[in-house]
Amino acid sequence: MSEQKIKNMTMNFGPQHPAAHGVLRLVLEMDGEVIERADPHIGLLHRGTEKLIEYKNYIQATPYFDRLDYVAPMNQEHAYCLAIEKLMGVEVPKRAQYIRVLYAEMGRILNHLLNLTAFALDVGAMTPLLWGFEEREKLMEFYERACGARLHANYFRPGGVAADLPAGLLADIDAWCDQFPKFVNDFDRVLTGNRIFKQRTVDIGTVSAEEALDWGFTGPNIRASGMAWDLRKSQPYDSYEEFDFDIPIGKNGDCYDRFLVRFEEMNQSLKIMKQAIKEMPDGAVIVENNKVAPPSRSDMKRSMEALIHHFKLFTEGFHVPAGECYAAVEAPKGEFGVYLVSDGSNRPYRCKIRAPGFPHLQGLDFMSKGHMLADVVANIGSLDIVFGEIDR
Amino acid sequence: MSEVLSDNGAALKDLKDLVVSQFSDNVLETQYRYGELSIVVKRDSILKVLTFLRDDAGCLFKQLIDICGVDYPERAERFDVVYHLLSLKHNLRVRVKVHTDEDTPVPSTVSLFSAANWFEREAWDLYGIFFDNHPDPRRILTDYGFEGHPLRKDFPLTGYVEVRYDDEQKRVVYEPVKLVQDFRNFDFESPWEGIQHVLPGDEKAEDKV
Repeated sequence: MSEQKIKNMTMNFGPQHPAAHGVLRLVLEMDGEVIERADPHIGLLHRGTEKLIEYKNYIQATPYFDRLDYVAPMNQEHAYCLAIEKLMGVEVPKRAQYIRVLYAEMGRILNHLLNLTAFALDVGAMTPLLWGFEEREKLMEFYERACGARLHANYFRPGGVAADLPAGLLADIDAWCDQFPKFVNDFDRVLTGNRIFKQRTVDIGTVSAEEALDWGFTGPNIRASGMAWDLRKSQPYDSYEEFDFDIPIGKNGDCYDRFLVRFEEMNQSLKIMKQAIKEMPDGAVIVENNKVAPPSRSDMKRSMEALIHHFKLFTEGFHVPAGECYAAVEAPKGEFGVYLVSDGSNRPYRCKIRAPGFPHLQGLDFMSKGHMLADVVANIGSLDIVFGEIDR
Repeated sequence: MSEVLSDNGAALKDLKDLVVSQFSDNVLETQYRYGELSIVVKRDSILKVLTFLRDDAGCLFKQLIDICGVDYPERAERFDVVYHLLSLKHNLRVRVKVHTDEDTPVPSTVSLFSAANWFEREAWDLYGIFFDNHPDPRRILTDYGFEGHPLRKDFPLTGYVEVRYDDEQKRVVYEPVKLVQDFRNFDFESPWEGIQHVLPGDEKAEDKV
């Protein structure tokens, strides 16, 4: 029998695929069941956020940030608010900083709960997802009690947060913090040592520290490769320098290490939340400068000046001095940055959103090369991809 | 916190001096504001400058955080290409900028940082900035077959085409944008602070006179 020439097969994965974590279309070039090249086609969820922001004033643009990484909405607002505060030179009150830290860490747990459990589902374990969503539900209730919305919070504002926490909320969050370790423990027992889970993740999609730097990886993905880098420690914003927490790092940079790093981050976030609750200072939750932050509702009933300030703030908005700055936060997925250019008017001239998932997904090609088709799913799951922020 | 910032400031000033001394002919402008350093360099020298920033022991900006475009239509070279670099070793950030226009390509930095690939594709897609020697110059965020560069200031917010599913043709069809109501662009500039331009509608009154 004469030798037959075998042609590589091109396979289309997505855009609607349960393991694609959204609308990802992957064009895979395969040699049998081995991946030769993975070409992600993104942009199926592109909404033109950056263009829309240029046509809104600064306060109106905050809600767009909730819709980027909709799994942990407040962390995105955080970067945007920090950028505006940097340009305007606004000092945020201590209590607002602590509330932001508390909610940013809550966002981190929300994100990791979804990512880790969905990752487990991708590689075959269904139960954790159901457990994880129960905890997420409780956390989103805390979101709702603080700002009235479960997902699209619009809670962080330039200069502080939109409203003070209602009475009793801190005690309830504290009570949740006490029962959460039970879930973590169950999750740990069902998954971390699980033979099937380890077979699917150990030594899959290994990323060395050099590769992680070269491909612009940040957050848990670079920490899993052994780099101890966390913006909360190295370039602390708000009050992170006052909190005591550790940065878990991995050794091998494979899917399993990325899982473990995120897993431990949940414990560390819990630790930060407890500290924030315990040491929550009293005082204002937003700057008292009415050129930036609205006056209180009761003031508006009595003071003409407050009424005018309110009207001006919600029609014209505030003007940001001309200039440019870059503000970054350690979002659950990695470094989320906002590059804000202001021309001195009430609208951003340019607002570039640096989403951590964008370079991560780009790295999928080199990570998947030489792996089997099923490992692509593990890689996507371990990279923590959400299309809201990648496609913008 | 303020201590951290001032340390950063001294280090960034040293860095500025280092870059200026190395590339005195190629640095057009430097700026230190809000605790951040921006360096504007000549377009052709961007690869040299970025290589230096990446490999010099005093810099070690190993990570490319972001590349993006900014559009200033009134300028002769209307686009800025902005590179954000991060040094994990020295815990510093630096911003490098080059100017370009619609026709002049910028040297691609994919050979220096693999991460630049998609960022440059994005800048090409949204602004129409050309990158020389880019290995994969396709669009990235917009639709297959999209025309135009949506983040340019002269591109309308509503775009030019809209899509819908046509039940008779059984496929998605592209049609020119139809607005039920004129696109409204509110200007909330306060009259007390002085409006610089003609109010919409005022030109009609002048026509009558």
